[in-house]
Amino acid sequence: MNIIEALDKEQIAKLSENREFPDFEAGDTVQVNVKVKEGERTRVQAYEGVCIARDGGGINQSFTVRKISYGEGVERVFPLYSPNIDSIKLVRRGKVRRAKLYYLRDRRGKSARIAERVDRSPKGKGAAATAAE
Amino acid sequence: MRSGVIAQKVGMTRVFTDAGEHVPVTVLKLDSCQVVAHRTVDTNGYTALQIGIGKAKVKNVSKAERGRFAVATVEPKKKLAEFRVDPQHLIPVGAEITADHFVVGQFVDVTGTSTGKGFAGGMKRWNFGGLRASHGVSVSHRSIGSTGGRQDPGKTFKNKKMPGHLGVERVTTQNLRIVQTDVERGLILVEGAVPGVSGGWILVRDAVKRKLPKEAPLPGAFREPKSAAVPAQAEGQENA
Repeated sequence: MNIIEALDKEQIAKLSENREFPDFEAGDTVQVNVKVKEGERTRVQAYEGVCIARDGGGINQSFTVRKISYGEGVERVFPLYSPNIDSIKLVRRGKVRRAKLYYLRDRRGKSARIAERVDRSPKGKGAAATAAE
Repeated sequence: MRSGVIAQKVGMTRVFTDAGEHVPVTVLKLDSCQVVAHRTVDTNGYTALQIGIGKAKVKNVSKAERGRFAVATVEPKKKLAEFRVDPQHLIPVGAEITADHFVVGQFVDVTGTSTGKGFAGGMKRWNFGGLRASHGVSVSHRSIGSTGGRQDPGKTFKNKKMPGHLGVERVTTQNLRIVQTDVERGLILVEGAVPGVSGGWILVRDAVKRKLPKEAPLPGAFREPKSAAVPAQAEGQENA
């Protein structure tokens, strides 16, 4: 299995060049800037919503982002290391008690809100501040 | 016809392309894949290369086999296989075939021993439909149903598809694309799945149904045998 791990590691290193991965988890609101190809040229489109799940490990890591678009729930699954992702921005940290927030699918409006997580530890304060920016 | 290689299946992973697509790949490893002997028309009636891979412990190799390896001056191999080649495409005995034997983008046929599945029913083994879920069917939802006629013909025909042992047979998957090769580590990345378990021996050849790309090395990409190339080559011809 070592060879596979080594191969994955190399690829992750290659794909992570000039890209940053904010430390986000389920419950956090993230903005994913996706590269969209239109004919010849490519442009960047933002997709913002709540991360409701993180899956997989290593190069197979992915995350699911849910948002309400024109009254309709939309979910998109992104491979974390996909070259189609321009950047990921952490918008807001959420306070949740589950790793997978699939229960949000059955909720609407007020009950689908997630409280903001405020990290009071001195170490976490800096992280929260940068996240808020 | 070029020679193929024996490789060991390492496992599967994914590769992201620059276009942003991800390609599922199987990683195959060439671990000192060497030519062990030649088969020639004069002595054997056909032309082929005998290729070996891996390192076998000497104590586990029979005396007769040890003699064979000694003639070729190669270390005992775990797995041996023959590949038919054109007479002009023989590779000298002792040469180690490298991963760049295959060109990125070319297609290969891959042969392995499929994963054992034990005694399997008709639905899994032959894709039978099984019986209905309701309407009076009891206990036998996954049974195979009827196996033949009535008084005439009065028997079940031979070769009727029935439950039985599935897997552990030679399976060839055709037209798999080479995604990447790594000469240093001896790795070949093939798009898609390859028959067999991880660690199993896999035969990789140029695809029969596709044209060989012009860049493909002829007779093949290999390292000359370590002990001075010239005498080893001469020795190889003597064997032949």
